[in-house]
Amino acid sequence: MTAAALQVEGLNRAFGALRVTRDVNLTLERGARRALIGPNGAGKTTLVNLITGVLKPHSGRVLLDGDDITGLSQADRARRGLARTFQINQLFRGLTVLENLCMTIGERDGHCNNLWRSAGSRRGVIDEALDHLDALRLTDDALKLVRELPYGRQRLVEIAIALAQKPRVLLLDEPAAGVPSSESHLILDVVAALDPDIAVLIIEHDMDVVFRFAKEITVLVQGAVFTQGTPNEIMNNEQVRAVYLGQESHRGDRHG
Amino acid sequence: MLDARERGANYLVRHHYFRWPEALPWLIAIACFFVFPNRMTFGGQVLIMIMFALSLDLILGYAGIVTLGHAAFFGVGAYTVALASLRLGWSEPISGIVVGGILAGLAGAVVGWFILRYRGLTLLMLTIAFAAMLQESGNLRSDITGGYDGLPGLMFDPLLGTFQYDLYGHTNYWYVLTVLAVIFYFVRRIVYSPFGQALTGIRENVRRMHAIGSPVHRRLVTVYAISAAIAGVAGALFTQTNAYVTLAVFDFDNSAKVLVMLILGGTGRLYGPFLGAAVYMILEDYFSKLSPTFWQLGIGLLLVLAVLFARRGLLGLAEDARGLLTGSERRSFASRRLVWKRDSWSALGSSAFDGAVIGFLAGFAVNLKEADLMTSYVTGMPARAIIFTLGGAAIGAGINAVALLITGRTAVEEPPS
Repeated sequence: MTAAALQVEGLNRAFGALRVTRDVNLTLERGARRALIGPNGAGKTTLVNLITGVLKPHSGRVLLDGDDITGLSQADRARRGLARTFQINQLFRGLTVLENLCMTIGERDGHCNNLWRSAGSRRGVIDEALDHLDALRLTDDALKLVRELPYGRQRLVEIAIALAQKPRVLLLDEPAAGVPSSESHLILDVVAALDPDIAVLIIEHDMDVVFRFAKEITVLVQGAVFTQGTPNEIMNNEQVRAVYLGQESHRGDRHG
Repeated sequence: MLDARERGANYLVRHHYFRWPEALPWLIAIACFFVFPNRMTFGGQVLIMIMFALSLDLILGYAGIVTLGHAAFFGVGAYTVALASLRLGWSEPISGIVVGGILAGLAGAVVGWFILRYRGLTLLMLTIAFAAMLQESGNLRSDITGGYDGLPGLMFDPLLGTFQYDLYGHTNYWYVLTVLAVIFYFVRRIVYSPFGQALTGIRENVRRMHAIGSPVHRRLVTVYAISAAIAGVAGALFTQTNAYVTLAVFDFDNSAKVLVMLILGGTGRLYGPFLGAAVYMILEDYFSKLSPTFWQLGIGLLLVLAVLFARRGLLGLAEDARGLLTGSERRSFASRRLVWKRDSWSALGSSAFDGAVIGFLAGFAVNLKEADLMTSYVTGMPARAIIFTLGGAAIGAGINAVALLITGRTAVEEPPS
């Protein structure tokens, strides 16, 4: 049996007395489509930060293709094929869209160690960057500065960058957050059409999106995995409904 | 009409091509030699400061590293050639600057490795601390370094074994200009390389750089070492030019001055150091002749003006002006209906106040010969003081009114973040 694309084992993290991640286990098989849902403050983004190495866990392991990457830096993990998007755009705002993409490809392939050859002399990199933009219909914006784009277009650049990393595992942190609903379908179409080989974990609040996209759902409550299952199982789970309606008694059941 | 794809590719492919205006600073530098043959000692000093500011531009303008201790590396280079000549009898100038550069670069790599884990204010304090530590260690061993009295009367061999250093600094000017050209070529290559691109990425958004797998710390240490090496070469040339060095090269003043020059010229544009260092040094020279006691007042006024009206430096100002004449700003001007808001009045009011303060101080500076104290200026020539103050207020408000009419923005408002 081949190893799962991403495996999280017994992950714990606390900020002071607040345990934001408790004994989380999570598996993404190759090509997985998993959604991570939960009420505000459940620790979803913290979990993404632990997986990508922004934060170090206090205990537990993260495995990428069976290799333990818990001790690796964020950058090392990214180079091994773990990509993410941010809940709030993290882009090179003063550079053009095209340069944002070329930078990503340059770092991926190690060109950025070169101090001598001019960046523009690598036609292959530029063509690949343009291909990524073509795929998301961003070509017309290639020479615009990122900060001049409307927020929805910027969200697409965020995804284009993650895809240009050629990831095996992709973590999408609320890809459509902050985008008016009239434009969000553009982003969700892109998400739905992702390469089937990439294992995807998506954090999303819009249940329509979750049920359309995900084959498996993990529900996170107060830092711990509350339950997981197929969309149907989750939809019909009384306790999950209760959590979303904020009924404390049901949460007590789980701990009891 | 090219399609969007082709245009995008062309833009990046041609990004690093040589553009003719880039020849301008070099032509001016060469012309200066023939126009001001008597001022070549000063000219050499300007070129050295340009080199020093260029080293700072690489880390501040491109990688976004803020430092107030860059004089540390300037000093390492300066003392390397001084001590090599005095203690080891190694007086060959060119190998001297190479070794000075290498030692400063090594110092930059070691120090950078430690301090570049930090950013912002913490980093700023650490850079100051390092320069102060070097200076104080030099002071403790003043038997070697000569302390604040310095090491006078250093001797250097003729350049390439042929060209003697002359009293007018002619040889030295060409020597420094050549070294500057070589270093500039290196810096330009670095800036347009993929590595330089990555530095810009670190400046723009370090979190994103981590997320796309960039070894940020290694990149920063690399560029810090390169920048330190260039500062070291500038320091070595400084010692050779003056045949004299003191611990004052490590002064906080020196670090701050080069930062001011760079910001005055404009950061992250390669040519900011040329404009900034030249303007600063020429004005400093002019003001100090005008009034040996109060010359810093003139420099201070210049900086206040730069901060108010040229936030992105003189080159930024030139870019804005060009945009106004050729670009989108002019097109929109024709169709713009001026929206006069309450904000506009308060902006005019505050710029009038700024102008009044500047005008008052400028009046003092202009009348320094007769009024050597602020009180004698105010009481001795009240009419002039009032005229200068009111004139300053009118000019301040006037500049802002024009800016409002043309761009719809006031000159003092914050740029959109």
